[in-house]
Amino acid sequence: MEEIEYKTIEKVTNVLLFVKDVKNAAYNEQVEIELETGKKISGQVLATNEDVTIIQVFGETTGMNTKGTKVKFKGTTFKMPVSMDMVGRVFDGLGRPRDGGIPIFSDEKMDINGNPINPYAREEPSEFVQTGISSIDCMNTLVRGQKLPIFSGSGLSHNKLAAQIVKQAKILAEKQNFYVVFGGIGINSEDANFFINEFQNSGALEKSVIFLNLAADPSMERVILPRLALTTAEYLAYEKGSHVIVILTDMTNYAEALREISAARDEVPGRRGYPGYMYTDLASLFERAGKVKGKEGSVTQLPILTMPSDDITHPIPDLTGYITEGQIVLSRALDKSGIYPEVDVLLSLSRLMNQGIGKNSTREDHRNVSDQLYAAYAKGKELRSLTEIVGEDALSKTDKQYLHFAEEFENRFIKQEFNEDRSITETLDLGWELLSMIDKGEMKRIKPEFIEKYGKWKQI
Amino acid sequence: MEGKIIGISGSVVTVSGLEDPKMNNIVFIGGNELVGEIVKIEGENAIIQVYEDTSGLRIGEKAVDSNEPLSVELGPGLIGSIFDGIQRPLDKILDKEGTFISSGVKVNSLDREKKWHFKPKVEEGKIVEPGEEIGEVKETSLIKHKVLVPANKKGVIKKIAEEGDYTIEENIAILEDNNKTEEIKLMTRWPVRTARPVKEKLSPNIPLLTGQRVIDTMFPVAMGGTAAVPGPFGSGKTVIQHQLAKWSDADVIVYVGCGERGNEMTEILATFPELKDPKSGKPLMDRTILIANTSNMPVAAREASIYTGITLAEYYRDMGYSVAVMADSTSRWAEALRELSGRLEEMPGEEGYPAYLGRRVGEFYERAGRARILSGKIGAATIIGAVSPPGGDISEPVSQNTLRVTRVFWALDASLANARHFPSINWLNSYSLYTDGLNQWYRKNIAEDWPELRNKSLATLQKEAEINEIVQLVGYDALPESDKLILDVAKMLREDYLQQNAFDDIDTYASVNKQYKMLKLINQVFDAEKAALDRNVPIEKIQSVQIKPKIARLRYTSEEELDGKLKEIEKDIEEIKKINAEK
Repeated sequence: MEEIEYKTIEKVTNVLLFVKDVKNAAYNEQVEIELETGKKISGQVLATNEDVTIIQVFGETTGMNTKGTKVKFKGTTFKMPVSMDMVGRVFDGLGRPRDGGIPIFSDEKMDINGNPINPYAREEPSEFVQTGISSIDCMNTLVRGQKLPIFSGSGLSHNKLAAQIVKQAKILAEKQNFYVVFGGIGINSEDANFFINEFQNSGALEKSVIFLNLAADPSMERVILPRLALTTAEYLAYEKGSHVIVILTDMTNYAEALREISAARDEVPGRRGYPGYMYTDLASLFERAGKVKGKEGSVTQLPILTMPSDDITHPIPDLTGYITEGQIVLSRALDKSGIYPEVDVLLSLSRLMNQGIGKNSTREDHRNVSDQLYAAYAKGKELRSLTEIVGEDALSKTDKQYLHFAEEFENRFIKQEFNEDRSITETLDLGWELLSMIDKGEMKRIKPEFIEKYGKWKQI
Repeated sequence: MEGKIIGISGSVVTVSGLEDPKMNNIVFIGGNELVGEIVKIEGENAIIQVYEDTSGLRIGEKAVDSNEPLSVELGPGLIGSIFDGIQRPLDKILDKEGTFISSGVKVNSLDREKKWHFKPKVEEGKIVEPGEEIGEVKETSLIKHKVLVPANKKGVIKKIAEEGDYTIEENIAILEDNNKTEEIKLMTRWPVRTARPVKEKLSPNIPLLTGQRVIDTMFPVAMGGTAAVPGPFGSGKTVIQHQLAKWSDADVIVYVGCGERGNEMTEILATFPELKDPKSGKPLMDRTILIANTSNMPVAAREASIYTGITLAEYYRDMGYSVAVMADSTSRWAEALRELSGRLEEMPGEEGYPAYLGRRVGEFYERAGRARILSGKIGAATIIGAVSPPGGDISEPVSQNTLRVTRVFWALDASLANARHFPSINWLNSYSLYTDGLNQWYRKNIAEDWPELRNKSLATLQKEAEINEIVQLVGYDALPESDKLILDVAKMLREDYLQQNAFDDIDTYASVNKQYKMLKLINQVFDAEKAALDRNVPIEKIQSVQIKPKIARLRYTSEEELDGKLKEIEKDIEEIKKINAEK
């Protein structure tokens, strides 16, 4: 289809352009907007009818007017060129080079919205990814092809944790094709530099594709950026047979951008002003994780979001939690008591854990140990709040054991160093050691034969 | 006559120039012939919700009216299949298209080539009524597919095919009524938004047994009943739905994955063929139909998916089967409704949901029921709907509208889930309105004292909650011994009875008999210890009989070994009684 140029702009808002009398525009068609100054900005058709076509502008509408500004319809939806040359490069939110290098040229172009994976084509994710972090490996196991977000709050260690996962998960997969796709959405340059430095230190940088939209960059690009990142990941995974970890941070900024567009379109707002279709929209990103039949590679997603005022029922974490296969929740209380990584294991969850653990992948006692640690820690924490009222002396002997267990669990099991890479065996053994602080009779979640084999109780 | 697209906004497309468009007719949109449904008519223009991604669709492209409402194909070959929200077979799409589903893919719902072995059940010349069985096809190892006279047809069988192999499009019978003849094939069609007729709805008085203790014992659902499972994310809604799909004693299961995760459907596809039906020992997939419209698949097809699901269920109900529909999650369906309503620029009701949300929810659940079907036999369709309230707060419209029309409420509780108490059904605020109606069945088929045991156990748990409030104030030590005993027994009930491990080979399913025996035993222990207290026997003395660890192991004891273990524990109870007597 030839490119047609229109000058019939009727209305301009800070993110939208309304163009009159466009003949046969297509939904989601790409456009190029040329200002009087010659500056070019791209955009996309949001809705169209015979009278007016609404265009979402990827950038500032500063300087746009109804007289001199021209809109060119490109005839296709947003497709990005993909090639192996992208590896090691840094791009902006629209896929343009940010590192001073040349743009990517390739005959292979992929639609950034992708098509949904046929559920029948999916393969059950079941390969254990050892992150070397006890609170994840033992309690909320990550498997290849999973989407496991980090629910954090401002000022917590989500960046550090994500960097540590990339660093340590890499080692196990060294022999295979392994790539990191990093999408920085509306983050500040310090955070961006932190990741780039950490990737450099761990050698992951030369295996990375980085997309960056910094806090001062146009917010509309934030809606496009994760789609570019995921399209790249799918290319590396399914066309090139590699295992890809995608880190998207901060998804809260993505949702804000979505809300901005929705408000500009005068849509009926849903909860807290976010659009009613936010669930579907987020799902169209997160569901792009997975493993498929007949293909070598996989896409594992670790999206990061900061919960506004640490509220897990806020629409962003809430809708995310309904889509993703679990969540790693960071706790401000643990952070305040000097514990890194401050993973709140009671609120965290990995839905695909069962497939990835057990006799043939980690160890036969994994499920039982994990369940018992959960139960014991939950009980210990409950007693902790009880002692604040009635004092420790009012507790029974077993209850005191639980109370002290919870303390040790936080300080020895959850807490670890940024450079401390624990194997799953070390983690499980540590779990047994901590459990032995409690009477053996309390171990209701563990099969007797495992207690026999792995238990660390002193013989009496 | 061909129409032409004059407006596109996401999945809603406006078309002008269709000749006499009718509400809910299917229209094929654009060069790729995307499937859409007319949802509004304004003068010349028809507003259409499109079941596929509309990216790249252009103003001016054509639109063709099919003159038929959204319908499903019904016939042998449904069982064991996996369909999307508008009944396109996902396995065939994979063969044709590869890993990703593109817009405009065309595949028949049922296989046109496959031959089925048909056995006639009536003679030529017989006068038949609507819904009467004229033959059968063995569809899977578990399901005999009954070939019925269509609901709106009757007359004389002029011709019936001999026993043999036929495709679903071949004639197997000719029906004559008032000199008009009608060909009957193995395949029929039915519009999904119309409930299939029955003679009368009956009151549900047989439980749908699920093998899940907290459900069967405490909050049972009846065959043909309705149940709602609301809960925040991570509270185990999907695991419960999977457990019911695996272990409930329905004949046919229709599992609708509505706007949920792709990997959850994969899990079913990976595990069901290997699991055996506890009744027959046959693979579970031989009684299961899957409908998968995951969260990233087109939102309009998600809206249609639950209607597709219930229509397939009604079809098997009409053969006299007990069918159970799991809809996971109806909130995603309601959100699809909200999204489409927004695009139609309708005036929103509560929280942006359309004003007709309550009516639609009601209509859906009303399609459940135990019924006298047209042939006079009895069939049932049970609906179990998961609800995903934002932030776990059930004061929102979808939960509230659902609770108004469903009769069982399994309240999933985040704090139980966080303590890994699964299934995380809260025993204090869940309810089942079927309990009274089912008591008779339990009395007759399981044990006379079943209802009493159940009520006593629930009362103990209620009492525990009250005592715990006191403990918060005065501490455990200050409690009287009788209260301590209740805490003790309640703990047993919670940990050794209500909790059930879906991932343990044995604990995942407990027959009602096993449930009864376990519950009875816990109550016997309670009584014995209470008697001891009344006689002032020191508690340490009773607890020297190591009974509790044995009870804790009962969950993991197979049905064969159960009686042996029970005998051992009964001996221990005798021991306690003896200690009591000594005093």
